[in-house]
Amino acid sequence: MAVIFELAVQGAQMLLVLLLAPLLIGFVRKVKARLVRRQGPSLIQPYRDLIRLMRKEVVLADNASWLFRVTPYLIFAATWVAAALVPTFAAGLQFSWTADLIVIVALLGSARFFQALAGMDVGTSFGGIGASREVMIASLAEPAMLLIVFSLALVAGATQLSTVAAFMSSSEVGLRVSLGMSLIALVMVAIAENARIPVDNPATHLELTMVHEAMILEYSGRHLAMIELATFLKLLLYVSLISCVFLPWGLASVGAGPEALAFGAAAYLGKLAVLAVLLAVFETAVAKMRVFRVPDFLGAALMLALLGTLLLFVSRSL
Amino acid sequence: MISTIALLLCGPAAFLATAILAGTVGRRASATRLVYGAALAISIALLVIVAGHLAGSPGAVSTITLPLGLPWTGARFRLDSLSAFFLVVVNLGGTVTSLYALGYGRHELQPHRVLPFYPAFLAGMNLVVLADDAFSFLLSWEFMSLASWALVMAHHRDEANRRAGYIYLVMASFGTLALLLAFGLLAGPAGNYAFDAMRAAEPGPLAAGAVLALMLLGAGSKAGLVPLHAWLPLAHPAAPSHVSALMSGIMTKVAIYGFIRVVFDLLGAPAWWSGVVVLLIGGLTAVLGILHALMEKDLKRLLAYSTIENIGVVFVSLGLALAFKANAMPSAAALAFTAALFHVLNHSFFKSLLFFGAGAVLTATGERDMERLGGLIHRMPLTSFVFLVGCVSISALPPFNGFASEWLAFQAILQSPDLPQWGLKVIVPAVGGMLALAAALAAACFVKAFGITFLGRARSTVVEEAHEVDRWSLAAMAVLAVLCLLAGILPGFVIDSLSPVTLTLIGDRMPVQTADPWLSIVPIAESRSSYNGLLVFVFITISASLAAFVIHRFASHALRRGPAWGCGFADAAPAAQYTAVSFAQPIRRVFGSFAFRARETVEMPAPGALEPARLKLDMHDVAWETFYQPISGAIDYATERLNHLQFLTIRRYLTLVFLYLVILLLVLALWP
Repeated sequence: MAVIFELAVQGAQMLLVLLLAPLLIGFVRKVKARLVRRQGPSLIQPYRDLIRLMRKEVVLADNASWLFRVTPYLIFAATWVAAALVPTFAAGLQFSWTADLIVIVALLGSARFFQALAGMDVGTSFGGIGASREVMIASLAEPAMLLIVFSLALVAGATQLSTVAAFMSSSEVGLRVSLGMSLIALVMVAIAENARIPVDNPATHLELTMVHEAMILEYSGRHLAMIELATFLKLLLYVSLISCVFLPWGLASVGAGPEALAFGAAAYLGKLAVLAVLLAVFETAVAKMRVFRVPDFLGAALMLALLGTLLLFVSRSL
Repeated sequence: MISTIALLLCGPAAFLATAILAGTVGRRASATRLVYGAALAISIALLVIVAGHLAGSPGAVSTITLPLGLPWTGARFRLDSLSAFFLVVVNLGGTVTSLYALGYGRHELQPHRVLPFYPAFLAGMNLVVLADDAFSFLLSWEFMSLASWALVMAHHRDEANRRAGYIYLVMASFGTLALLLAFGLLAGPAGNYAFDAMRAAEPGPLAAGAVLALMLLGAGSKAGLVPLHAWLPLAHPAAPSHVSALMSGIMTKVAIYGFIRVVFDLLGAPAWWSGVVVLLIGGLTAVLGILHALMEKDLKRLLAYSTIENIGVVFVSLGLALAFKANAMPSAAALAFTAALFHVLNHSFFKSLLFFGAGAVLTATGERDMERLGGLIHRMPLTSFVFLVGCVSISALPPFNGFASEWLAFQAILQSPDLPQWGLKVIVPAVGGMLALAAALAAACFVKAFGITFLGRARSTVVEEAHEVDRWSLAAMAVLAVLCLLAGILPGFVIDSLSPVTLTLIGDRMPVQTADPWLSIVPIAESRSSYNGLLVFVFITISASLAAFVIHRFASHALRRGPAWGCGFADAAPAAQYTAVSFAQPIRRVFGSFAFRARETVEMPAPGALEPARLKLDMHDVAWETFYQPISGAIDYATERLNHLQFLTIRRYLTLVFLYLVILLLVLALWP
């Protein structure tokens, strides 16, 4: 009986991230529009977009291969699995021991690998430019992310997210400079990974600075819907990750009852809303960078994460 | 009852017999099939013997002394858990390579230049792993080097191959010299060259440091550690592709075996700073190797440079194991050592697979230059699929095997806070960052390798005529692709089968993994970290199929083919696609200025002039220019100076000999 309940909670989490992801994007877009005094599309516009895309026929380039057609499902599946493994409203779910934080980061790496390949499949310059810039950004973002994982693991003694979250919500953690550095670095990595301003602009097509949109230029119909949904899920994943590690309050602990779970869900929604507003404000306030400023941006994140790790060693031994 | 080691020694003997046979009948048409068939059978037989040994008593030791070699030592051979593991690596590689060569070898224009040396090469590698005294070790090592040198020189009419062969020969001799000195130090003044005696002796700290440095030079040059790697990207691609796979996938592992055997087994307790040295060299090797691979546009050279990266990853884990072992943290050392051995096994799988794929492309198109390939996924669907599996595995992406071993390495790095020394504490996280950087760059490199070679549109007419390769080659690649997946989703079995080795060399082992629920791997404790490749694989498969099913059932499944959307700029020519060089351009701009001293200059024509603007790229091989050119320059200078000694009169020669004798006697007289 307990196992069935656990499985149900795990299934609920998987469905929750899938259903919430478009809403988060819709909310961010709405807030951004309101900040510049536009009315903005409705909150549920991303759902409508996805449904409309799924109903349309796919226009496939003449020389697209089987890889091009399989990739959207692979990207979606890898991102969904990764997003479902980050604790959202409850820690210690049935399958949370399947993967630790390093695996989650690597799963996103798998999705990106196939996305870059798909960008090169048709053989247009746009796909190539997007793919080559995406791997450049990833080659700096991934080490930064790994160093963040190191410093979290040094503090919490684990890379298992449920354990990290439990540790961070306990009173042992205290206020640490390294954690602040890790938070800043994580936010910078999240911005780069999700192709948000100032690294990339999710709202434009056909600008020479574009990265993500250039790779998926050839996609249409249901394939595009899958990739868009994966992009939404990735944003939700990073927001959940930040809130689970740095704002773990309200997270239902292992084996909690339905009341705790409901409270956790409410707290999770509140955290999502706050972080989405912050993201919207930040994106409205800064300007897009040139593409070769991005290495400096990510290099700063890398250095912050490394400094945070080294500081932990200092403070540990004192 | 014949002992296991005697049975195993029949393998190299059979290989040598095959080599001699190939030398006599090598020019006949049926020789190719005969030699590779025999090599396949012998490799499988050796695998079966080792498997039987491992299934029966994995920790057991079996020795034999033959009345050959040094008269007071004899030729000693020994099978223990470490050599059993490396025998599996060598002969698994030998098996699939021979299978591949049954098809691939038929395209060889001069088979008699390859066939005699191929089984000899396999014999040499098997003997190195089994040798139990310095003399037979060095003899086998040199035999392996020379056989592979002959294979590199198989296509010696090509000027570049001759140069590669020459540099390889020089570096191999240098490496053997270093090994010779290392064994000399280990044997001590008594000159006892049996490994048992070396294991029992405890060298002083100075001698131990010198042995470590000499092993890094000797085994490191064979494995391809930076800056001793210069020969590797020249020699590995010059050989026929199946030999490239053996050299890159297997011979570098034999070099790692040599390093482990001496440093972990014979040398005794390590000092903590030895870990620092190995870690730093490993991290540097990983990052520089993969950066070089990214800049490469020759497919086989790209793979050779990526081998250097993977050797770096293995040495990082070995350095960690040394550091933990020196600080009496056996469980952490066992974790790091297991990660190293697991990566050795994985790299032998996917690097062989990728070289086979490059060989298939070479057979089908006659091209190694990626800038003249493209769109091969349409012409060679099966090869492209297995090559893709290899690319995903080597890029350390879950759920394939490369990720499992790198994940273990990261878990070992996370143990570093418990180390007492400050130097190690600071260096280990930085090296971890380098490892992550190398992994991310490897993914970029293999997006490029697969994307430029197999995707996009054909860049030359050779691609239009390409066809899928023969069944033998495809079977060999498919076997390796399945092994890559299996080792990735069932890592617990591999880790458990490595435990006898860690027990022997470290004195501890990782916890039993296959008993964990759902076959997940848990290096220390479940609350700390765990990974389940099988479930990740199942989850991805289920959710991808579910998504595809739901969409095709409830949403549109209409599909229309049309021309690619060029945003209004129709670029009809395939030459307008991204190339290997342009793909690497962003990364070159980020890392190139310090890794290659790269400089780009744009030559703009005068206003109104009609000639095109030119982009000039200036790149340097820093290791080559810093280390090799000065040394070869100095040798050139010295030989130039000494040249006139060849043209003296007999009186002057006699004077020289007399003076030399006097000096020698003086030295002897004054020697304390």
